[in-house]
Amino acid sequence: MRAVLRAGALLAAGTLTAALAACGPVSGGGAASGDSGAKSVTVFAAASLKAPFTALAEQFEATHPGTTVTLSFAGSSDLATQITQGAPADVFASADIKNMAKVSGAALVEGSPRDFASNVLTIAVPPGNPAAIASFADLARPGVKTVVCAAQVPCGAAAKTVETETGTTLTPVSEESSVTDVLGKVISGEADAGLVYVTDVKTAGAKVREVPFAESAKAVNTYPIAALRRSRNKDLAAAFIAAVTGPEGRQLLRGAGFGAP
Amino acid sequence: MNRRRDSAYSGIPRWVLAIAAVGALFVLLPLAAMVVRVNWPQFIPLVTSEASLTALSLSLRTAAASTVLCVLFGVPLALVLARGDFPGQRLLRSFVLLPLVLPPVVGGIALLYAFGRQGLLGRGLEVAGIQIAFSTTAVVLAQTFVALPFLVVSLEGALRSAGGRYEAVAATLGARPTTVLRRVTLPLVLPGLASGAVLSFARSLGEFGATLTFAGSLPGVTRTLPLEIYLQRETDADAAVALSLLLVVVAVIVVGLSYRGPAPAGSGSGSARSPGSSGRLSP
Repeated sequence: MRAVLRAGALLAAGTLTAALAACGPVSGGGAASGDSGAKSVTVFAAASLKAPFTALAEQFEATHPGTTVTLSFAGSSDLATQITQGAPADVFASADIKNMAKVSGAALVEGSPRDFASNVLTIAVPPGNPAAIASFADLARPGVKTVVCAAQVPCGAAAKTVETETGTTLTPVSEESSVTDVLGKVISGEADAGLVYVTDVKTAGAKVREVPFAESAKAVNTYPIAALRRSRNKDLAAAFIAAVTGPEGRQLLRGAGFGAP
Repeated sequence: MNRRRDSAYSGIPRWVLAIAAVGALFVLLPLAAMVVRVNWPQFIPLVTSEASLTALSLSLRTAAASTVLCVLFGVPLALVLARGDFPGQRLLRSFVLLPLVLPPVVGGIALLYAFGRQGLLGRGLEVAGIQIAFSTTAVVLAQTFVALPFLVVSLEGALRSAGGRYEAVAATLGARPTTVLRRVTLPLVLPGLASGAVLSFARSLGEFGATLTFAGSLPGVTRTLPLEIYLQRETDADAAVALSLLLVVVAVIVVGLSYRGPAPAGSGSGSARSPGSSGRLSP
């Protein structure tokens, strides 16, 4: 009976471990980075960096044979939380200073973060521009369905800054928790206009139209990047950061709509 | 009879108990970890902040409205599925149950294309001056969409196990279908209906994905408690944990109610849906 019991418990524990191992990209990346044979670098990057960083990772793998770049894209605050909770990342690229400060505040950053790109807000409207939006002030017009980010997330904080600077008060129909959700509402035509980043409009292509506004310069988001102290591949992490801040990285970032830091 | 024999035999192999314990721990451990993580000195201020109370009140109101809609549409659906006999019945059941297995975000996208401004029905509604997008109505629709199967499943199960004998007797005594439904069928399956309604309420309360996709997020209008938690997590982990615990407590109360609900009608256990519960029918 006792033996059976133990076998059962073992079986259960084994199944659980196997199940967990099967579905953990994070732990998988950790195992790979500990491997002495194949070299790999795990990069946690803000969701807005998806296109340029994916292209850059391919270039990096080509110029560094035998290297694997594992990319994990999510909201900067999610990534910062994951890193402070011990996620095995080698490099962190944040979409704002605040979330990088969370990580460096926990003494997890190697050296000091470097700013590598900037991003500004712009107005995205559905292709036909049904509400005839031409300026930032138009967003506050009664009857216009404007969607913005909530003040708790970086794009919402930037929107608040522009509002304060221009003395315009928006009455949005929704305050989304991510810029992707704002863009989604514009693409689906639910919203007449949304405040998103220049790079989001670039990614969306013909599905939205951009209405640039000069006041966007009042709120520039700076993107910092840093190697992480717990990294086991510090050389590779440094090399990847050099690629991001170097000419090839800058070119890809510019192509995606990012500004200079 | 059947039940009594069940309760006499309790020969669960010990290894089953061991695995069951692991399974129970798997659910309880994360909840316990969350309770440990709560910033207790700040708990009351965090939970009673204006944003929290606005979100909680919106959640309770929308979940109640969704439950009413679920009962309104779910009872006829369950009746048709349990008692009807028509081609395509199995197909209908599969479609009604679909939201159970769909990722809520898919539900949200589907709702968007039905009731959104550019949607199938939304365009007509817009012309009629009714706007659903970004309104509390959108939240209720999203919640009803995901919660309806819970009511249908509970009630259909209750209807099937209750059988149709009493209805048949009532009909032979000259009762019209509506009278049979009102006087015989519904009282018979009331416990199943109640637990289905409570489950729908609980599911509505927890709805997140479809609401986020379809309704948006504005305090007091569309930002329900799960959306508020998701947002608070960005800046204030303590607030997110405190609100999560609040939602867990509400959910535990609701689920507790739904499992106790059927008991008084049946003969003790949760098997109120067995024909044995028909004892309450005799006046």
